[in-house]
Amino acid sequence: MSVDAKGRSGKARDEVLARIRAALSAAAPVPPPPPLPPPPAPPDLLERFARRVADYRARVTRAAGEVEVARAIAACLGREGGGRYAVPPSLPSSWLKAPAGTEFVVDRGLGPSDLARLAGSVTGCALAVAETGTIVLDGGPGQGRRAMTLVPDHLVCVVFERQIVADMPQAAAALADAMRTGPRALTWISGPSATSDIELNRVEGVHGPRRLDVVLVAGGPEDAGGRGEGRAPQPPPPSGPD
Amino acid sequence: MRDALRPEAPFPAAARTALADATLRANLRRATSTIRRRRDQVVGEVEDWDRLRAQAAAIKDHTLRHLDRYLAQLEAAVAERGGQVHWARDAAEARDVVADLVVGAGARRVLKVKSLTTEEIGLNDVLAERGVEAVESDLAELIVQLGGDRPSHIVVPAIHKNRFEIRDLFARAMGLPDLAPEPTALAEAARLYLRERFLAMTVGISGANFLVADTGAVAVVESEGNGRMCLTLPHTLITVAGIDKVVPTFEDLGVFLRLLARSATGERMNPYTTVFSGVVPGDGPQAFHLVLVDNGRTRALADPLGRTALRCIRCAACLNVCPVYERVGGHAYGSVYPGPIGAVLTPQLRPDDEHARTLPYASTLCGACADVCPVGIPIPRLLVHLRSVAVRADEASGRLGARLAPERLMLRALGRAFAQPRQFERLQALARVMRPLGGRQGRRLPGLGGWTRSRALPTAPRRSFRRWWREEHR
Ligand code: SF4
Repeated sequence: MSVDAKGRSGKARDEVLARIRAALSAAAPVPPPPPLPPPPAPPDLLERFARRVADYRARVTRAAGEVEVARAIAACLGREGGGRYAVPPSLPSSWLKAPAGTEFVVDRGLGPSDLARLAGSVTGCALAVAETGTIVLDGGPGQGRRAMTLVPDHLVCVVFERQIVADMPQAAAALADAMRTGPRALTWISGPSATSDIELNRVEGVHGPRRLDVVLVAGGPEDAGGRGEGRAPQPPPPSGPD
Repeated sequence: MRDALRPEAPFPAAARTALADATLRANLRRATSTIRRRRDQVVGEVEDWDRLRAQAAAIKDHTLRHLDRYLAQLEAAVAERGGQVHWARDAAEARDVVADLVVGAGARRVLKVKSLTTEEIGLNDVLAERGVEAVESDLAELIVQLGGDRPSHIVVPAIHKNRFEIRDLFARAMGLPDLAPEPTALAEAARLYLRERFLAMTVGISGANFLVADTGAVAVVESEGNGRMCLTLPHTLITVAGIDKVVPTFEDLGVFLRLLARSATGERMNPYTTVFSGVVPGDGPQAFHLVLVDNGRTRALADPLGRTALRCIRCAACLNVCPVYERVGGHAYGSVYPGPIGAVLTPQLRPDDEHARTLPYASTLCGACADVCPVGIPIPRLLVHLRSVAVRADEASGRLGARLAPERLMLRALGRAFAQPRQFERLQALARVMRPLGGRQGRRLPGLGGWTRSRALPTAPRRSFRRWWREEHR
C-alpha cells in the first residue's frame, strides 16, 4: 500500500472512530449479557447427527470402530465408480486401502486445475454438530487445505462419535481457543453444495462438491491416546464474553 | 454515480408502478410463502428460540455501545494475523480503496461473492471505469448482473424472477438456446459458466456476515460453494463490510450461527460457512484486506432507538413476512436494503433524502416483522419513530407546502378538538351533517386525495356515543 493510501485510510480511521464516540457520548454503558447456560445434552448425539446429515441428502456409512474406517471409505469410493482422490498428507495411512480402479493422490500443493481433474477427496474433521448435521474442518491433522475439499466433486469425510457436540454455540466454544492463537480457517459443511436461488427450490450441487459421504465411526480415534480420549475438544466452562 | 441508498422516487409512486406487474406479484407470493413455511418449521424445532433471540439482541446492543473499542480490537487482531484493515467514511472512499487494491494487484477480472455492502457502495461501476470486470458468483446475483437488473431481496436477490425468465436470460447471455427451464439445469449452467473463471481468479472480493473482534475472524455464510471459491482460490482477498458487522467474541458467533440460517433460508444450517482470520500460510489467499465502511451507519448509531436497526444480521425474515413487500417487491423501496429493515435503515443512512423519508410509511404496522426478527429489532416502533422524524424534517425544511399539507392541518385541528370537549362535540355535529359523503370507497375529498383514494371515509353515526350516554344516564 502506498504512503498516500495509508494516510487516507489513517484519516478515515480516526474520523470514523471519532464519529462513533460522538454518537455514543450520551449513551449509558451496556454490559455484555451473561452467556446462555448450555442446554441439557441430548442423549443421542450420534443418532441425531446421523439423521440430520441424512436430511441434507448426504450419505452416511457406519463404521463400528477405527479399524473399519478403511473399509467404509472404500465402499463410498466404490459407489461413485472410483477414480483419483486427493488426501491430505496427514491422513492416517491405515484409513487408505484403495479399491480397484481407485487411486489416492497426496495433496502437496495441487493447483486448482489439478484438483478439478480429481474425482474427489477424503478427510477427517475437527468436530461435528448434532443439532444441524454440520461438519467443521479446521485445517488440523487429517484435514488438509481448503481448496482440496472444495474443487473436486465428491467429498468423503470421516467423523468420530466423540467429535460430535450438541449445537452451534458449543462448537464455537470448542473452537474459540484455537482461533485466538493465530491465523486459522474453518469450513462448516452442512450437506452438499446447494442453492435456493430459483423460486426458493433447493437444488443440490452448484460450485462445491455435489456429493457428500460421511463415514460415521463409533467411539473415538484410537491413535489419539486410546479409548476414552476423543479428539473432539471439550467446550471450556462458560465465562463472560470480553 | 447513483447512490444505492437514494430512491429515485417516493415510495407511493414506486409502489404504484410495481403493483401493476402481476407476474412480479405471483413470483413473490410463491417464493415468500415457501420460505415462510420452511422458516416456521425449523424455528419451531428450537425450544429456546426466544431466549436465543434475546441473547443475540443483548450481544449486539453491547457491541454497538462499545463499537469503537471492538473495531480497534478487530483491527489489531486482523493485523496480528497478517491481514490489513482499511477504513472508509463513505461509499466513494470505500470503492476507491477497493479499486486501488484491485488495480494494485494487477487484476483485470475479479470474482465477487454476494455482498450487499459492495452493492451499497457501487463498487462494480467503479471497477468497470478502471478496466476491471467484476463477475458476480452467487447464482442470484449472476441472474441480476446478466439481466442488467437490480437486487430485490437481501438473501435471494433474484426472487422477483421465475424459472422461465431466468432460462431466457441464461440462454441469451451464455449462448445456450436449448437450456431447460428447470432449477437443476439452470444451476448447472451457472456452474459451467463460472468454473473456469473460478479456477483462474487472482483477486476475490467478498462481503462478511460477521466480524469477530477477539480473533479477527470473518464469517461468510453461503450455500453454493461460490463463496468458498472466492475466499479460497485467489491470491488476494478483499472483504468489504459495514462497521455494524462486528461481534465481540468467537463464542458469540455460535449464537448468531444458530439463528441466521433458520431465519434466512429456513434451513437448520446453510451448506457452507467459512470462518477465517488473517492469512493462513499455505492455505487460501496469501494477501488479505478488510475494508470497514461507515457510509451513514454512525448517523443511525447516534439515535438511541434508531440504533437498534444496526443489530440487523440481514436474514431477510422481515421481508418474507411483510404484506407490503410481498405485493410491491424490493425494487419499489429504491434502496439496496428493501422491505421492513430497509424502511428503517435507509432513511437513517440518508436522513437528508426526501424520497428515503417516505419509506417508513411503507408499512401497515402489522408487526409481523418484529415477531420474526432474530435479533428482536422493534421495527414497528422504529417505523413510527422515523415517521415523526420525517414530519419534523419536512417541517424544518421550511417549505410552505410541507407546513400547510392538508393532512398536517387536519391532524393539528383534531389535536385541538380532542383537547376540548366542547370543540369535539361541535366537530361531531359537523360530521353528522356530512354523513352523505361517507361510506363509499374511492370518493375523493379535495386536498386529501392521498388518503381517500384507497380508504372509505367512515359514515358518522346518527347519534354519537356521548349523546347516547347522556340520554341513557339522565
Ligand atoms: S431486521 Fe431482523 S428480520 Fe429483518 S433482515 Fe434484519 S435481522 Fe433479519
